Amino acid sequence: MMKVDVRDLTLRYGKTTALDGLSFSLDGGKIYGLLGRNGSGKSTLLSVLAAFRKADGGDVLIDGEPVFENPRVTRQIALIRESVDIPDSDDKIERVLEFVASHRPNWDADYAARLLDGFELDPKKQVKELSRGKQSALGAILGLAARAPLTMFDETYLGMDAPSRYRFYDEILSDYIAHPRTIVVSTHLIEEVAKIFEEVVIIDKGRLVLHEPVETLTARGATVTGPAEQVEAFANGLTVLNERQLGRTKSVTVYGQMTAQQHQHARDAGLDLEPVPLQDLFVYLTSKGGAQ
Amino acid sequence: MFDDKSPIYRQIANQIKADILSGALAEEEQVMSTNQYAAFYRINPATAAKAFQELVDEGILYKKRGIGMFVAENARVTLLKHERESFMSQFVEPMVVRARAIDIPLEEVMEYIRQAAKEEAR
Repeated sequence: MMKVDVRDLTLRYGKTTALDGLSFSLDGGKIYGLLGRNGSGKSTLLSVLAAFRKADGGDVLIDGEPVFENPRVTRQIALIRESVDIPDSDDKIERVLEFVASHRPNWDADYAARLLDGFELDPKKQVKELSRGKQSALGAILGLAARAPLTMFDETYLGMDAPSRYRFYDEILSDYIAHPRTIVVSTHLIEEVAKIFEEVVIIDKGRLVLHEPVETLTARGATVTGPAEQVEAFANGLTVLNERQLGRTKSVTVYGQMTAQQHQHARDAGLDLEPVPLQDLFVYLTSKGGAQ
Repeated sequence: MFDDKSPIYRQIANQIKADILSGALAEEEQVMSTNQYAAFYRINPATAAKAFQELVDEGILYKKRGIGMFVAENARVTLLKHERESFMSQFVEPMVVRARAIDIPLEEVMEYIRQAAKEEAR
């Protein structure tokens, strides 16, 4: 199931530290969201995981084996980068698919054909004729049909319109259900894709902010609305992310460990409780002077 | 599809409960799999599994190894008992509060209910 172990990973570009002692482990067999702001190190991390790049320090172990210059492992890894990595853009799409198929032991040609149809890509077209969104769609197809045991998409939605993005997320989910594997999706369009994640890894400035099941993270947020006094009593001891007041009614978004009993007490007291979107928690956890 | 007022897994659990109460899901009937739920609602299967786990913990569903999830024998009775217990706090209390807030005498509310009871008796 492609277990991923990252230990104390460090990578610098000149004076810039892209990865700064990053460590985490993924059990594999799940859909992971890799979340971070621009420049947080997401793309660098994925490039190191796929052995496109060598780290300056630390280790990446895939199923216990070092990944760098290890074809036995890298054959099982597919990383779709922003650039989509197609060497000759004069090639027609069908030629690109043939090439990738010959390098991918699990390639499903029928599925690739269905995806071409779904994303409305003409296999006779040259890659260079494609719009940015259609290039991304081609990347999505190459990544999905490869059925690699470790599949990673690095902001593969760039330029895609909303219907294409939703198609992409639906395909990731349904193909994962039919062919379980380890899938990592890096994004900052969090809200529209959050439902398909089982766990999220949030990084900031090349360091780990947190790695948790989505449900555990979202259970720590709540927006509580009701009479100001009761709302304040509930929020006591929790981190307040946001508050608004209208007359005697107060609405407070809190972050912290809450028990089911606390929730029940709040409801019994007539307070209104709503979940906080993952995107809002992400903004809080990665904003300047945020959770760290 | 979802009302955003509670976590998705809770909403799925509530939907299954509503189906059992209405009879759409019979006792001892097999429930759709987590994967079917996941594909239908477009959510991660682990989220659907959490809804199922909650219902198993409450004795509403039970798992047959290697086959799937089934509605427990007394699920409907259990749910009805639970729903009745919370009926006053969930519906009647807010109604009383609301009636007072907009100056409807409780006697008028009771008259309305008595009328409904009469019609039911007919």
